[in-house]
Amino acid sequence: MKMKRMFPILGLLTAVLLSYALYEALVVAPTEQTMGNVQRIFYYHVPSAWTAFLLFCINFVCSIQYLVRSNPVADKLTNWTVLAIAIASCIAAFVIRPLPEGIEPSSVATTGLAICGLYFLIKKCFSPTRTDALAVVTAEVGVVFCTVVLVTGPLWARPVWGIWWTWDVRLTSTLVLWLIYISYLMLRRFSSSGQTPVLAAALAIFGALDVPLVYFSIWIFRTQHPQPVVGGGGSIDPVMLHILLINWLAFLCFAGLVCWSRYRLEILQREVEETQALEAMLEPRGSR
Amino acid sequence: MTKSSAAPSGVTGATLAKDLRLEWRSKDALNSMLFFSLLVVVVFSFSFDPNAEESRQIAGGLVWVAFLFAAVVALNQTWARELPNQVLDAYRVSPAPANSLFMAKALGNFILVAALEILMTPLFIMFYKLRALGPAWQLIPIAALGTWALVVNGTFFAAISLRTRSREIMLPLLLFPVSIPALLAMVNATTAILTGELSAKFWIVLLTTYDVVFTIACLLLFELVLNAE
Repeated sequence: MKMKRMFPILGLLTAVLLSYALYEALVVAPTEQTMGNVQRIFYYHVPSAWTAFLLFCINFVCSIQYLVRSNPVADKLTNWTVLAIAIASCIAAFVIRPLPEGIEPSSVATTGLAICGLYFLIKKCFSPTRTDALAVVTAEVGVVFCTVVLVTGPLWARPVWGIWWTWDVRLTSTLVLWLIYISYLMLRRFSSSGQTPVLAAALAIFGALDVPLVYFSIWIFRTQHPQPVVGGGGSIDPVMLHILLINWLAFLCFAGLVCWSRYRLEILQREVEETQALEAMLEPRGSR
Repeated sequence: MTKSSAAPSGVTGATLAKDLRLEWRSKDALNSMLFFSLLVVVVFSFSFDPNAEESRQIAGGLVWVAFLFAAVVALNQTWARELPNQVLDAYRVSPAPANSLFMAKALGNFILVAALEILMTPLFIMFYKLRALGPAWQLIPIAALGTWALVVNGTFFAAISLRTRSREIMLPLLLFPVSIPALLAMVNATTAILTGELSAKFWIVLLTTYDVVFTIACLLLFELVLNAE
């Protein structure tokens, strides 16, 4: 009931924000010196990528929680592991000198703390069965945003690099991530309903282990993709950064809105299925 | 659970022996894998007809793609064999640790795929006029590590795809995306040794990391997957 009133308001706000961000990106943003107007695709490419990675991250956290929370010992163990990761990343930011090129100490610490925060936030807000619903939703919406990244990337690369595609570290790991999540969605589609959550969660964990391996294996070669402009080695004009962040905010609102309605739908669908199963059980045999 | 997976227990040995005996009597998997990779060798050989220099560049990729596709045949029937007489259900209610079963199946597949590789390698050398310019002995650890990388994940994903509709198609769809780093390492290591231009050391380290990470992940998650209802 709450959703009925809130959804149109938030939808309108998101639409306004999206169109403002579009105006900023296309009209206000300064034209890049060497690349020209093609560079404006950056305001869609980068926010989509960040949104997709955030959604996949949520999916990973949900998958772990779905598997772990039925077992108290494993649950406690995971809690401590997550805390340890956060503390270790804060210490590592100050201790490890020098960090690999393109990584700043603050981004190491923030990533660790963000993962920890996300883990406990989801744990607080969602019951174990609901984490599975959230995992479905974030995987689906994440694949959409990841597809946007993979489509806008080559569109930009063709005029700037002269090629559509190259086996560079970020391109390859994003593609592998996309492939893994496509297979995740297929697994969900093809397995029978009772076992789906466990099987899908296991696959999500395998995927999360796989992507860093892909990343580091290709990292050895010289990478062609521009350095990250925020929290990395690259540099960016403050106006452009401002517009980029506005665009990201708009994309996040949009993703959040889509996820919310899809989540609602998923929960309703499950309730309907449960009711139907219950009715079928209560119905006397042979009455049909 | 973890104890039994560390040391191969009686369950692992018994299951492994049973699987190998079954395979020895029927030779279903081995024959179809052999014939399949033979076809790949022949088809690619006459469609490209490479000279010795070209085949050094492409053979690494070709060999491993052929073995990967052939391995899927063996992997698909790993668990399917246990379905008809509800063997898997019996296993689930028995007190035997799930990981012993997993290790038995993974080792069984490893032996099958390794046998395939030993039988096929002479044919590859013959058709593609291969001669390694780098240290050829390194191909043995690469083959062992690469095969383990394929079968350990393959056995795990075969157990997952067993629960799905159209399971034969599902296995490669799940396995191939996750196997990309392993495949990358195997292909690059083999090419590095065949051409003798680069060192394969980095790729061997990567393969070892991949094997360790995913073996641990499989052992941690297999019990959950086996008992998923």
